[in-house]
Amino acid sequence: MKSEVISWFRIQEMFRFDSFHMYGIIGVAIAVGLISIQLIKKFNVKDLSGNPITIPPKDPKQVTRYIVGGSMFGLGWALMGACPGPMFALIGSGLTIIIVPILAALAGTYTYGLLRDKLPH
Amino acid sequence: MYIWFRITTQSKTQTLSLTRMFDFLYQPWPWYVAGPLVGLTVPLLLMLGGKMFGISENLRHVCAACNIGNVSFFQYDWKKNGAWNLTFVLGVILGGFLGGFLFANPNPIALAESTVQDLMALGITDFTGFVPNDLFTWSALTTPIGWIVLVLGGFLVGFGARYAGGCTSGHAISGLSDLQLASLIAVIGFFAGGLLMTYVIYPIIF
Repeated sequence: MKSEVISWFRIQEMFRFDSFHMYGIIGVAIAVGLISIQLIKKFNVKDLSGNPITIPPKDPKQVTRYIVGGSMFGLGWALMGACPGPMFALIGSGLTIIIVPILAALAGTYTYGLLRDKLPH
Repeated sequence: MYIWFRITTQSKTQTLSLTRMFDFLYQPWPWYVAGPLVGLTVPLLLMLGGKMFGISENLRHVCAACNIGNVSFFQYDWKKNGAWNLTFVLGVILGGFLGGFLFANPNPIALAESTVQDLMALGITDFTGFVPNDLFTWSALTTPIGWIVLVLGGFLVGFGARYAGGCTSGHAISGLSDLQLASLIAVIGFFAGGLLMTYVIYPIIF
């Protein structure tokens, strides 16, 4: 919220390559995540309940789902200007109309569940 | 005289640091402050519960909780798998309240001039909030563009995130942090769709 990544305007700026802001945040977040995951793996860090931390790999052979699904997500992201996390943050800020895109996103998720077996992955 | 000077300067610096702290809460945070905070979510969730940061899974959990029509994709124990993540969403909502309401920045977002020009050309007039008030109001639902942005946009985000197996948090942040090729392909997809929307479809629909 304080970094304005939840702002429709910031997303417009990002897709127009007019500001470094969003790239800076995503880039630094990935760098911090990457270093910490490497450290966790190197030192075999366990979680609070004592279980070894494992990260399930995603199957890179399913290229279609990532390209087609990813592009659909991108179309929606540029239109509505919020990805799933920011939608909920915007609700918290008191913007009630965001209920509509959240319900639409639930409908989208449900439709995917219905069509899943018929879609190429 | 000296003592008086010491006391006044001291109390001045104290009030100054207190105002600074409040300023910091109200002001927008630069990328080098926000970026590390977002990134730290990844090791925190892994170390607390062995969980991978990913928000859009929650949309699936909600569908699983209602599962109208017993769709197999939603037949799983959503409470066992999703309780932590749904709690995370409650935290996000609370964070939105703190950052966007209680400590809301009173000034409009400092946007790049070229973006403002582009959007004005598309007919956006109000740049005061987090979102354009022309489009994000209940009355926008009486216009076709309101439906395209709010309903179609939301639908594509929900459908696309599940089809691609993750959204910005799951693929761009968690997946790329773990150097997963699949996530890189998905993020390229996110930008392919986003750029197509921005440069090709926007001029048509607005």
